[in-house]
Amino acid sequence: MTQDAIEIDGLRVTRRGRLVLPGLDLRVPTGQVVGLLGPSGGGKSTVMRAVVGVQEVEGGRVEVLGLPAGHPDLRHRVGYVTQAPSVYGDLTVAENVSHFARLLGVRDPGAAAREAVERVDLTSHAQSRTDALSGGQRGRASLAAALVGAPELLVLDEPTVGLDPVLRRDLWGLFRQLADDGVTLLISSHVMDEASRCDRLVLLREGEVLADDTPAHLLQRTGAADAEGAFLALVDEAAA
Amino acid sequence: MNPRLTVVTAGRVLRQVLRDRRTLALMLVVPVVLMCLLAWIYADGPLFERVGPTLLTVFPFVIMFVVTSVATLRERTSGTLERLLTTPMGKGDLVLGYALAFGLLAVVQGIVVTSISGWLLGLDTEASAVWLVLVVVASGVLGTSLGLLASAFAATEFQAVQLMPATVLPQFLLCGLLVPRDQLPRALELLSDVLPLSHVVDAATAVAQQVQPRGDLATPMLVIAGWIVVALVLGSLTLRRRTP
Repeated sequence: MTQDAIEIDGLRVTRRGRLVLPGLDLRVPTGQVVGLLGPSGGGKSTVMRAVVGVQEVEGGRVEVLGLPAGHPDLRHRVGYVTQAPSVYGDLTVAENVSHFARLLGVRDPGAAAREAVERVDLTSHAQSRTDALSGGQRGRASLAAALVGAPELLVLDEPTVGLDPVLRRDLWGLFRQLADDGVTLLISSHVMDEASRCDRLVLLREGEVLADDTPAHLLQRTGAADAEGAFLALVDEAAA
Repeated sequence: MNPRLTVVTAGRVLRQVLRDRRTLALMLVVPVVLMCLLAWIYADGPLFERVGPTLLTVFPFVIMFVVTSVATLRERTSGTLERLLTTPMGKGDLVLGYALAFGLLAVVQGIVVTSISGWLLGLDTEASAVWLVLVVVASGVLGTSLGLLASAFAATEFQAVQLMPATVLPQFLLCGLLVPRDQLPRALELLSDVLPLSHVVDAATAVAQQVQPRGDLATPMLVIAGWIVVALVLGSLTLRRRTP
């Protein structure tokens, strides 16, 4: 077993003629919740797409759980939630989640789906078609579909967007619980106040890592009161 | 490739289609209505016997092409395709799953439309009705496979619908329905030789005119099968796990 769940060296990606990642280096330690923070357009989704192996890359090395990103053996072991919820609108929440359970070869897809739906607190809507749900509920259905195969690594692109504070707190509680069970989580967000819930923070701006640190050390180092302040201090520092 | 994942995909696609009444009606009711209209138009002449079997096989081709191209395009554009390709699902599993689901629907469509045309409208072919069902189903599956491939060349559902007149209508003009293919100008005849719909019409003609159509059915059915395989292989090659 490798010490880092994700190892990225010199990742270079151009999307639609724009150099999004000029040469990214990043480590995500196993069993931690790592927050990928920064403004939209900073390259967060591109990093995540590269980690799950759906991003065309120009150069660099991305290793996930000891294998090259996108390796067939990883498809059972990595859960992915895209930024826009990717569920079938004409199927119910339960049908969507159990479909992904079947694709992953889970032994009892129905039971696994019920458990995953319960974990994202959507049991009351399990029999609703997802096109009848709110955006936040669809996002949670998408998350349940990623949880269902008990992955070792979860890559979640803005999973808490559009959720009320109570639900956000509950989901972060779930993420913490998963990490305690040994799951590694890479979670992107542009909401800076979620930073304090992470074991490590990676601040990404214009494809460059501004900081990769624990939340406490980051605040101490920048003298800022919160993650947003730390981010601003680091931007100013880089500009100076 | 994994047969289990193909079947899981086909089951999911069928569940989605069966829930959509309009699509079901387009597949099962519209061809019946068209055949009724045709029988009515030609009520007092021998033309229904001549044109009926051919159009009976052309309608499923067109309808299955549209339904499949839009359904698979929705998968490509909704983000679910990217998500599916991070699971153990293979590209071939997905394409075959869609082909299997819509192929089954084409079988139901073929049996329903042929039965009603025979019993209710009195459409009669020299060969037994079983052969006609076979050609109608082959035509529907061909439409499905080409629709799967066509969806790769569209970015939106609007564009997918536009592909239908652009690719199907020229085939309709050249398929031998308006002018027998051997009487077309040489260049057009050669072109019609490679177009898939021409062979559907050849097969329908053999069934309509011969008691034992097996001999004249072999070549067109082989060409249709070839087109189905080529379209499915190309369709799965157009799926990309890694996108820009």
